[in-house]
Amino acid sequence: MGTPKVSEVFQEAACDHNQSKSEKDRKKGCTKVATPGAAAGGCAFDGAKIALQPIVDVAHLVHGPIACEGNSWDNRSALSSGSRIYRTGFTTDMNEMDVVYGGEKHLFKAIRQIIERFDPPAVFLYQTCVPAIIGDDIEAVAKAATEKFGRPVIPVNAPGFVGGKNLGNKLAGEALLDYVIGTMEPEVSTPTDLNIIGEYNLSGELWQVKPLLDRLGIRISACISGDARYREVASSHRARAAMLVCSKAMINIARKMEERYGIPWFEGSFYGISDMSASLRNIAALLVSRGAPEDLIARTEALIAQEERDAWAAISGLRPALAGKRALLITGGVKSWSVVSALMEAGLVVVGTSVKKSTAEDKERITELMGEDAHMIDTMTPREMYRMLKDAEADILMAGGRSQFVALKAKVPFLDVNQERRFAFAGYKGMVTLVSEIHRALTNPIFQTLRDPAPWTPGCRITPLV
Amino acid sequence: MEKTTRSLMGEKEPAQDFVSVNPLKMSAPLGGALFFLGIERALPVFHGSQGCTSFALVLLGRHFKESIPLQTTAMSEVTTILGGGENIQAAILKILEKSSPGVIGLCSTGLTETKGEDIAGEVVLFRKKHPEHSDIPIVGVSTPDFTGSHEDGFRAAMVRTIEELVPEGGERVKGQINVLAGSHLTVADLDYLKDLLREFGFDPIFLPDLSRSLDGFVPDSFEPVSMGGTTLSEIRRMGQSSHTLVLGESLRRAGELLFEKCGVPYVVVNRMMGLSAFDRFLVTLRDLSGSDYPETLKRERSRLTDAMLDAHFYLGGLRVAVGLEPDHLFDVGHCLLENGMELVARVTTTVSPLLSKMPGGKALVGDLGRLETEARERGAQLLLTHSHGRQAAERLGIPLFRLGFPVFDRLGAAHRLSIGYRGAMQTLFALANMIWSRDPENRPDTWYSQVPAEEPPKTKEPVLEEGFAPVRFDG
Repeated sequence: MGTPKVSEVFQEAACDHNQSKSEKDRKKGCTKVATPGAAAGGCAFDGAKIALQPIVDVAHLVHGPIACEGNSWDNRSALSSGSRIYRTGFTTDMNEMDVVYGGEKHLFKAIRQIIERFDPPAVFLYQTCVPAIIGDDIEAVAKAATEKFGRPVIPVNAPGFVGGKNLGNKLAGEALLDYVIGTMEPEVSTPTDLNIIGEYNLSGELWQVKPLLDRLGIRISACISGDARYREVASSHRARAAMLVCSKAMINIARKMEERYGIPWFEGSFYGISDMSASLRNIAALLVSRGAPEDLIARTEALIAQEERDAWAAISGLRPALAGKRALLITGGVKSWSVVSALMEAGLVVVGTSVKKSTAEDKERITELMGEDAHMIDTMTPREMYRMLKDAEADILMAGGRSQFVALKAKVPFLDVNQERRFAFAGYKGMVTLVSEIHRALTNPIFQTLRDPAPWTPGCRITPLV
Repeated sequence: MEKTTRSLMGEKEPAQDFVSVNPLKMSAPLGGALFFLGIERALPVFHGSQGCTSFALVLLGRHFKESIPLQTTAMSEVTTILGGGENIQAAILKILEKSSPGVIGLCSTGLTETKGEDIAGEVVLFRKKHPEHSDIPIVGVSTPDFTGSHEDGFRAAMVRTIEELVPEGGERVKGQINVLAGSHLTVADLDYLKDLLREFGFDPIFLPDLSRSLDGFVPDSFEPVSMGGTTLSEIRRMGQSSHTLVLGESLRRAGELLFEKCGVPYVVVNRMMGLSAFDRFLVTLRDLSGSDYPETLKRERSRLTDAMLDAHFYLGGLRVAVGLEPDHLFDVGHCLLENGMELVARVTTTVSPLLSKMPGGKALVGDLGRLETEARERGAQLLLTHSHGRQAAERLGIPLFRLGFPVFDRLGAAHRLSIGYRGAMQTLFALANMIWSRDPENRPDTWYSQVPAEEPPKTKEPVLEEGFAPVRFDG
C-alpha cells in the first residue's frame, strides 16, 4: 500500500501552503479528513485518474470492482489531437472469486489482453480500495507484466480511501516520477523546450495556449498530462524549463524534476488575461536564462501586446450589457482570483468568491483585487447558495457542475467553470469566450419569463384573450 | 459581419423574385383536402386533371403514412374546353355508387378555375338532376392553385363547410364549445387539447378532427373514404355552442361566420406554444369555463420551467431561420424567442395579418431558396422548416428541425406534440438535443489557425474516425 508515499507527499517541501503549517498540522496531511455525512468531493483514485487520463495514447486499466471505473469512465472533457484509446474504459471488474482468491492473476491477464488487442505504448494500472485491502500487489504485477510483455506497465497506487482528489493528483505525479519520466530519450531537443505541468487540456484549453507558444518558437516538450503521448512524458526530463499550472496539484512533479534534472519552474495560470501574459513573460524569461535566444523576450512582449489588444477589444463590446451585474464565483484555488480580474474588467461586480481550496497567497491576491471587504467564502452549503440566489444577491453563479442545479432551481443564470464545462476558457481567446458566455447567460430572456407568476398564483395579472 | 448588420437593419426589401427556387408552400386544394379528411366518411374530390389529385394524394400519404381517400374529376383537354360540368356529375355519381361517402368535398384547382368553371352552380345542377341523392352533403370550394397556400385552402374549405352544413340559430348548449383547429396542429396537439378542454368541463366539437381520422389507427376493414373525424351531426350542432375557439389567425373568417350565422361568440387564439402563451390560453379557458385549473397542469408547468432552464445552455442565442405557414410561424417563432433564440430569417407562404407582427420582424412571403439565402447571409445555426429544407440545410452545413407540412422523411410527425407546457418541453428537448449532438469537439486549430513552424512540426498520429489503434484480437 502507498502509506510511505502518502506521508511523503504530505511533506511537500515546495508547497508554501504546507510549509506555513505547524509541525502538528502538517502530520495530519494536506487534505482535510472527510467528514462522515458531509463529504462531497472525489477520492484519491478519482484524483489520480483525472491527472493521468489525459495521456492519450496509453490504456488506463482500473483494477477493482465495477463501481470505480463503471461509474466514472469517460466523464471528463480532456481532449486528444490523435489517439482515442485513453477514453476507452478498461477495468478488471473484480468479482467475488477475485476477492476471495486474490485478483492478481486476473489483473495480469487483463494487461495481456489489452496489449494484444489494443497495442498501446504503455498500460497505466490503477489500484482501488478492494484489491488494496485484500493485498493485491499491483507493483509486483506491473513489474512482472513489464518483463513478460516488454511494454511499460505503470502502477498507480492511489486507492480511494487514502484521501481526497488532491492527494490522488500528487500520487499520480509520484507514479510518473517513479516509473515514467526519464525512461526514454527525446528524438530532438531544443533550447526552448518547455514542460507544462498540471494542464489537462479540458475542452481543448491547451490549444488556446499552444499556438501562441508555437509562434514564439517555444516547443512543448511534454504537457503533463493534457493531450500527452507516453513518449513525450517519458522523455520530458530533457526540457529546459517548466511551468506549473493550476494550483498545487502536481507540485511534486515540478519540484522533483528540478531536483533530479535541474529544470527550473514557476507557477502560473492561463486563466485571465493578465495572468496569461504574466505566464508568457515568465516562460520567456526562464527559457532565456537557460540559453534560449535573447530576442525571445521582445517577441513575447510584441505577441502579448497584440493578443491583449484583441481580447480587450472583444470584451469591451460586451461591457455595456454586463456593467454592474453581480457574479458569485464558487470555484477552486487559482481561479478564485485569476478569473476575478477578467470579470471586473468586463464590468461585472464580483460579490463573492470561494477560498476553500485557496492558499494564503491566493487570498492576498483576492484582497488586492477586490479590496479589504472582499466577500471570501470558505464553505457554502447548497441550501445557503440557493437562499443567496433566491434572494437575488447575485445575477449569475459561476461554479462547478455540482452547483448548476442549485442555481437553476433558483432561476438564476449559471455558468460552469469547472472540469465538466462545455467551453474552453484558457488564454486570451478563452477569456473572451468566458465573458461572452456570461453575456449569453445574462441576456437570456427565460429568467424573466420564469419569474412571472403562474396563472394560478395570486399575483398573476394575465388577462384572458378576447 | 458587414453583411449581417446590413441585412439585419432591413435597409432594402429583397428584389422581387420571378422564380420560386425550392418552394416552401403547398397548394390550396391540398389544404382543402386536408380539411375534409378530418370529417367523418368524407371524400375530397379535386375538380381538375388527374395529376392535381395524384400529387396531393402522394404528398399527404408521404406525410401521414396512410392511404389517403382523394378523388378527381379527371379533366382532359377536351372536357376542359367544352366545360367540366359533366365530369363533375359523372364523378359524383361514380363516387356515390362505389364509395358511399357521408360528405363530398369538391375543391376546384388551377385548371378549372382558369377555365372559369362554376363549382357552386354545378352542384346546384346536380341537385336538380338527381333529387334521389339530396341527402348527401356536397361542399364545393373554390381553391385555385394560383392563389394562396394550403393554409388558405384549408380555411376556404372550413368556411364553405360552415356555410353549407351548420344551420342557423338553435338553443345554446351549456359547456359545448367549438374548436376550429388550424392546419398546423398535429394529431397529438388535438388529443392534448381535447383532454384539456374536458378537464375544464367543456364538451368540445373539433372542426376538423384529424385526431380521429389521420392518427394512424389500424382499422378492421378498408373504406375508400375518411374513417373518423368530425361527424355530420356534430357539425350541425355547432351553432348551439356557447363559444368558438379559433386556433389560428387564418381561420378568423370561419369564427366570424359562425358568429354571424348563429351568434356564437369567438376567441382567436394565435399562440399555444411556450410558457407565457399557454399561460394566457389557460387564463382564457378558465374565464370561459368558470372551472378551476386542472391539478396536472401545475406539475406540467413546473416541468417546463425546468426544461427551459436545462435547454437554455444550448438554445440561448441560437440563430434560427424559420420557414412555415403564417399561423405556425407566428406560434413557433414566439416560443423560440421566449427561449432566447434569435429568428434571423422568417419566410412564410401566404399573406396574413400576422406577417408584420412576426417575432423578430416582418416575415417575407417566399420560398426555401430565399430562406437559404437569408440563413446564409445572417449566419443561421439551425434551419426550422418542413422536410424539403433538407437540401438547404445540407448546403448550409446546419441541422434541420423538421416541422410543418410535409414531413416525409421522418416518422411520427403527426404525433409530435407542440402545444401546451408538455409540447413546449418536448420541443425544447428535441431542439437542444439536436444542437448538443452537434457540439463540435475542439481541435488544435480551433482558436488559432496553425502557423507553419520554422522546422516542420512533429507530426502526430492522424485522428482516427473509429477512435482506436488497430484492433488485433486472437481469442
